[in-house]
Amino acid sequence: MTNQEALVNYCLRLADNNLILGHRLSELSGKGPFLEEDIATTNIALDLIGQASSLLQYAAEVEGKGRTEDDLAFLRGEREFYNTLLAEQENKDFAVTIARQFLTDAFDYFFYDELKKSADARLAALAEKSHKEITYHLRHTSKWMERLGEGTEESHRRIQDAVDNLWRFTGELFEMNEVDEILLKEKIAVDLNVVKIQWDKLVAEVFANSGISIPENVFMQRGSREGKHTEKLGYLLAEMQHLHRAFPGVQW
Amino acid sequence: MDQIKLEENFQAKLDRNEMIEPKDWMPENYRKHLIRQISQHAHSEIIGMLPEGNWITRAPSMRRKIVLLAKVQDEAGHGLYLYSAAESMGISRDELLDQLHTGKAKYSSIFNYPTLTWSDIGAVGWLVDGAAIMNQVMLQRTSYGPYARAMVRICKEESFHQRQGFEIMQVLAKGTPEQKAMAQDSLNRWWWPSLMMFGPADDNSPNSANALKWKIKRESNDQLRQRFVNQTVPQVEYLGLTVPDKDLKWNEEKKGYDFGEVNWEEFYNVIKGNGPCNKERLSAKVQSHKDGAWVREAANAYAAKKNKVAAA
Ligand SMILES: [Fe+2]
Ligand SMILES: [Fe+2]
Repeated sequence: MTNQEALVNYCLRLADNNLILGHRLSELSGKGPFLEEDIATTNIALDLIGQASSLLQYAAEVEGKGRTEDDLAFLRGEREFYNTLLAEQENKDFAVTIARQFLTDAFDYFFYDELKKSADARLAALAEKSHKEITYHLRHTSKWMERLGEGTEESHRRIQDAVDNLWRFTGELFEMNEVDEILLKEKIAVDLNVVKIQWDKLVAEVFANSGISIPENVFMQRGSREGKHTEKLGYLLAEMQHLHRAFPGVQW
Repeated sequence: MDQIKLEENFQAKLDRNEMIEPKDWMPENYRKHLIRQISQHAHSEIIGMLPEGNWITRAPSMRRKIVLLAKVQDEAGHGLYLYSAAESMGISRDELLDQLHTGKAKYSSIFNYPTLTWSDIGAVGWLVDGAAIMNQVMLQRTSYGPYARAMVRICKEESFHQRQGFEIMQVLAKGTPEQKAMAQDSLNRWWWPSLMMFGPADDNSPNSANALKWKIKRESNDQLRQRFVNQTVPQVEYLGLTVPDKDLKWNEEKKGYDFGEVNWEEFYNVIKGNGPCNKERLSAKVQSHKDGAWVREAANAYAAKKNKVAAA
């Protein structure tokens, strides 16, 4: 694998996380539990999809094969997406939405803080902007973890169930492969072992404040680094890509 | 002060073009009329998110997806300003939502039409937001202060909505024959419902007389409708599309277009609940409100706990 190939893959990984999670949140637009929360959810979706757009543009440039951000978003297949399994999980209820978002925000918060120091100037600049947005997202979702954990019996049960169900997808967040190895040498990538220590600490803190227990002895699912996903992704892409694919090569 | 004197003062204030503020005395009918109108307007913003939200996950490019998401978010913000304006007249959000969910309160009938294809998103932005702007520009000078100020903020964003809708239509109309046909089909389906947005003809509009007297409205339904047609027909021509009205023609004398009769039977049918999506729109809102009940309860219970700790 060349350095260039590694960088393209790295950008896609970050872009796809934002795009797919943003897509999930955008499904909820107009359906929130109350209006203010509806606005907040849409706002986070907008930030994520905006970040995805910048990252896909950069991936397309680095790749240098004349593909555009839209080609990358709408014309890649199920096995060519590198978002985490966590990002693609369905909304189900508000507790799942919040738990999925919190676990991701906690990761992104430390990840993008590190990425600000990347030797790749473009990634460092993108990270700067993303980190500001994620700081708000994390504040929002941590608060909700606490509200749901400490709210009513029902909300406590729902948020604990959501955490229990999603926990098996958190292991691969920290997985590193050849791509990371190559880019770590270049001081472009983030060392995910560093992020893991901070993530563990923050998650434990927020869970303790919220009366949520950390699931134990969970077998961790993996595969997204090789483009192997859960069955949910195919449906998401079918919906997201169908119109674009139905009219090949036209302007929108 | 006796009732007659109060009403005279009130009308005199309006005639001097002064704003009415929440603490000012106002006739009960004025309050009722405004609560009805503002809440109807707020509900329209909120229900309006549904037909457009319908295409967010399928928007055909990253840019379109982002713009549409931002627009739908704006509409939610508009709903929020307007609910606040209604609340300033002494009605709670819960009461307002209850009126919506039980079908007691109305919302703009236009949102009971479906967005079937992508170009409907263009047509909605261009025509529906366009028609809304006609109304809203006038409402920036409406007599109730909080409503007028909400409209000033809203109008700034609405013109961006209309522009993005027109831009979608422009790209499609200049695109492949299939894309152009899609755009024409959307225009065919949205043209008449857009004209209906201005409400019944003046001689058939029971609430209009008071609204004009109280300076809530400053132009009649028919005046606004005519202005909309005059403004929009040249845009249709620019796009190379055709207005679906065989009676449409320029009238040199009135310096405006003559146009065909709106199908009022359809209009009243949709208001009565028989539009293609009345059931879907309302049940979507009722469902998400129901699904969110445990979330709102949890937030309240949590806040109560925190207050108790703070008070202790
Ligand atoms: Fe609006
Ligand atoms: Fe709008």
